Amino acid sequence: MSHFLTPVFAPGFFASEAVHIALAVGALVAIVTGTVGVFTVMRGQAFAGEAFGDIGTTGGSGAFLVGVGPLWGFVIGNLLAAGAMETIGIQRTRGRDLATGIVLGASIGLAALFLYLYTASHSTTGVTVTILFGSAFAIASSTFPLIALLSLLALAITITLYRPLLLATVSPEMAAARGIPVRAIGTLYLIALALAAALAAITIGSILGTALLVGPAASALRLTKRPLLAMLTAAGIGIGAMWLGIVLAYDSYEWPPAGHGWPISFFVVTIVFILYLISGLPGRQRHRGENLEQPQPRLHTVHESQ
Amino acid sequence: MVNAWVLASIVAVVAGVVGFFTVLRGSAFAAHAIPNGSFAGAAGASLIGVSALLGLGVFSLAGALTIGLLGRRGRHDVATALALVMMLGLGALFLSFSEEYAQAVYSLLFGEVLGISSNDIAPTAILGLLCIAAIAILYRPLMLSSVLPEVAEAHGVSRFRMEMLFLVVLALATAMTVPVVGTLLIFSLMIGAPAAARSFTDRPLIAMALSIVFALLIVWIAIAASYQTNYPVGFFVGSGSAVSYTIGRVWATWGTTAASQRRDAGATTTTTPLPS
Repeated sequence: MSHFLTPVFAPGFFASEAVHIALAVGALVAIVTGTVGVFTVMRGQAFAGEAFGDIGTTGGSGAFLVGVGPLWGFVIGNLLAAGAMETIGIQRTRGRDLATGIVLGASIGLAALFLYLYTASHSTTGVTVTILFGSAFAIASSTFPLIALLSLLALAITITLYRPLLLATVSPEMAAARGIPVRAIGTLYLIALALAAALAAITIGSILGTALLVGPAASALRLTKRPLLAMLTAAGIGIGAMWLGIVLAYDSYEWPPAGHGWPISFFVVTIVFILYLISGLPGRQRHRGENLEQPQPRLHTVHESQ
Repeated sequence: MVNAWVLASIVAVVAGVVGFFTVLRGSAFAAHAIPNGSFAGAAGASLIGVSALLGLGVFSLAGALTIGLLGRRGRHDVATALALVMMLGLGALFLSFSEEYAQAVYSLLFGEVLGISSNDIAPTAILGLLCIAAIAILYRPLMLSSVLPEVAEAHGVSRFRMEMLFLVVLALATAMTVPVVGTLLIFSLMIGAPAAARSFTDRPLIAMALSIVFALLIVWIAIAASYQTNYPVGFFVGSGSAVSYTIGRVWATWGTTAASQRRDAGATTTTTPLPS
């Protein structure tokens, strides 16, 4: 049977331990980001999700500098950033992108400093590229249990909060009227998002982390209006895109220019992007007004704008 | 050094003007995504051997148009995120083809203002003038569309067209500023200074002028500090933007407290205090 599949799965694909780890980690990250991502899209926090990927870089480069494992740098950096965004006011619709932007800008500045200090003392420039792009083929299997544990924590927060979070997302006023602490719920979710983005960024790189957080969830929300079903669909799309990307990256060692493979991130991002475009096609016929994925009307009050 | 001052000042003026509308329109994500993603264009340009500026320009324009078109149907932040990761994915691909690019990546991401030559001034100045001219021409419809999109529609100002035009201006500003302050930091300059300026005044033209002043101050201090300490300019620009925003916030909080106290003292007004 394997002979028939040789054109798809290059020889050695199933025997390689690196591939096994990449497939398993990819699936785990896709499940977590897919589930967490549905709320990210519904709450309009894609920018925050993307920013956490970059901010993780700051934490990661800081960790390199002090000689701690980069995982803790990513996690701690993101949690601090989540706190800062919350303080500036990420919960308000108007100030949301500003809160994210200010924190992100400051954090990137810090990353520049950390990387400068690191390269000045260690004379390696490769670390910049490693941190920024990550590669699923280069994960040490010893960190896998810890990553899995923290991922499950992010997943658990989202699932535990599911009902109040959903109400607080769709209608904050109604949630508040029912006695749901909307702001505290939002903060807890932001922590889950920060954790999920940190883990995604360190295992598969910040580009792929963002792609898996936003792409599958947005596609799923275009296909179904039910959030739970959307979470399952998003996880499925994420796993599919990730695995197909790994297969293609493995195959691409044979492609021009020969000698080294094409990056996984390129394949996965392309697949996710195409799926998002395709998922928009059925919506063209459907009535647009009821779609959860459509932007909600923004409130233009003077009081909020500051 | 003089080149750096001149060039950075041009960048700061453009960032102040364009950034003012970026903050007003809530387009911070696009202002992050377009420069960040456009670096892939520079990587691609170095691969096929054309000028990096051309690659940056093409990619930032393509990114802006993708964001605008995708954002028309579907959520804007989702469209921006996907356009960004798509460009970065291409960037990763280009980088994997050219192995000796690591140092160039660093300077493109974080900027290398001190290593700039006088040849770079002319194209930057021309692109900068173009950006400012475009904003000046679009000023009234853009302002109306940013503040009251529904009213603007009623006056025949298409929200979609304004968004596309603004994104193109943002892309232009990106292409000119990226080689100077880096893809990642032009954005903090575009956000921090105008956001701070808006805390001081509600009048748009004054806010824009203040935003230019803040951006200039941030950049000048950053260059001087970077020259003194040898630390990257980007670090000082990033933290300077955050500091200026914090000062603005503190000022605004003071202002509202003082205003509400004044209002409480004079019993003639019945306005409720602003929520902080």
